[in-house]
Amino acid sequence: MKATVLIRPKAGILDPQGDAVRHSLQKLGFDVHATRVGRVVDLDVEADDTGGARAEIQRMCEELLANPLIESFEIRIEES
Amino acid sequence: MTNRPHVAVIVFPGSNDDRDAAWALGSVGAEPALVWHEETELPPAIGAVVLPGGFAYGDYLRTGAIASVAPIMDAVRAFAASGGPVLGICNGFQILCEARLLPGVLRANRQLEFVCRDAALEVESVDSVFMRRCSVGQRLVIPVKHGEGAWYADEGTFVQLAARGQIVLRYAEDVNGALGNVAGVVNEAGNVMGLMPHPEHAVDPLLGSADGGFLLAALVDAAAAHHALAHA
Repeated sequence: MKATVLIRPKAGILDPQGDAVRHSLQKLGFDVHATRVGRVVDLDVEADDTGGARAEIQRMCEELLANPLIESFEIRIEES
Repeated sequence: MTNRPHVAVIVFPGSNDDRDAAWALGSVGAEPALVWHEETELPPAIGAVVLPGGFAYGDYLRTGAIASVAPIMDAVRAFAASGGPVLGICNGFQILCEARLLPGVLRANRQLEFVCRDAALEVESVDSVFMRRCSVGQRLVIPVKHGEGAWYADEGTFVQLAARGQIVLRYAEDVNGALGNVAGVVNEAGNVMGLMPHPEHAVDPLLGSADGGFLLAALVDAAAAHHALAHA
């Protein structure tokens, strides 16, 4: 089963990378007010159903993929 | 075997200060032993563990994240749980935070630039074994070299750590945007410490400073004490 995890800097956490990207976009003339930079992890996991896959990926996020102190995550399961 | 306290230096793929750490530990009286990350046990008679600087696993995912679940880390965890002294330097600090053996996390420097220079540090707390050769308010000069050294914790944790004396070293000036200019912290039990500056690069006046020797010599003292206790 295919899934994607979106990992973002938590709201309120300073994101210097996002700020640098925003400054560059503004330099190029784009009217951007805020930019946050996160990470995408595409997964192919063994699971019987989406519920099971979601629970398993939730654990992956908590144990390794995201650091809960500074990052939030969102799990998207690809319906086949 | 010698009578010198044995200190393990863990080597991850991408560690690059492992041999410097081993050399510096030797210079302050330890018998260092390099231990590969795929090992599942520490060598016998180890009195302390050092996680050295570098870029373990290429800093993939987050700095220290992959290394924090390396095979040797279960043994390091058990060693720490038994009261054994564990010191994480730079990348080692990042690994200990990711392993949740230390509070907080190291984030990209606020200025998004790699910082590589001598840093003036102020000793804030000397309750832990690592700081026994320092005094409160003492100023140390120890180099930093990192791109992701801005220590961060939520406000509640930060206030609690400060109240408990777990903030042990602060930068005398803003170096990387770390919350409260924190340069080094210890766990609640006082036997696990992490710091971004590199004491192993400051053990001889020829290198600009010997102040790192205060920390490493205290670690060697702690290694001797822990070994004596564990084998009493």
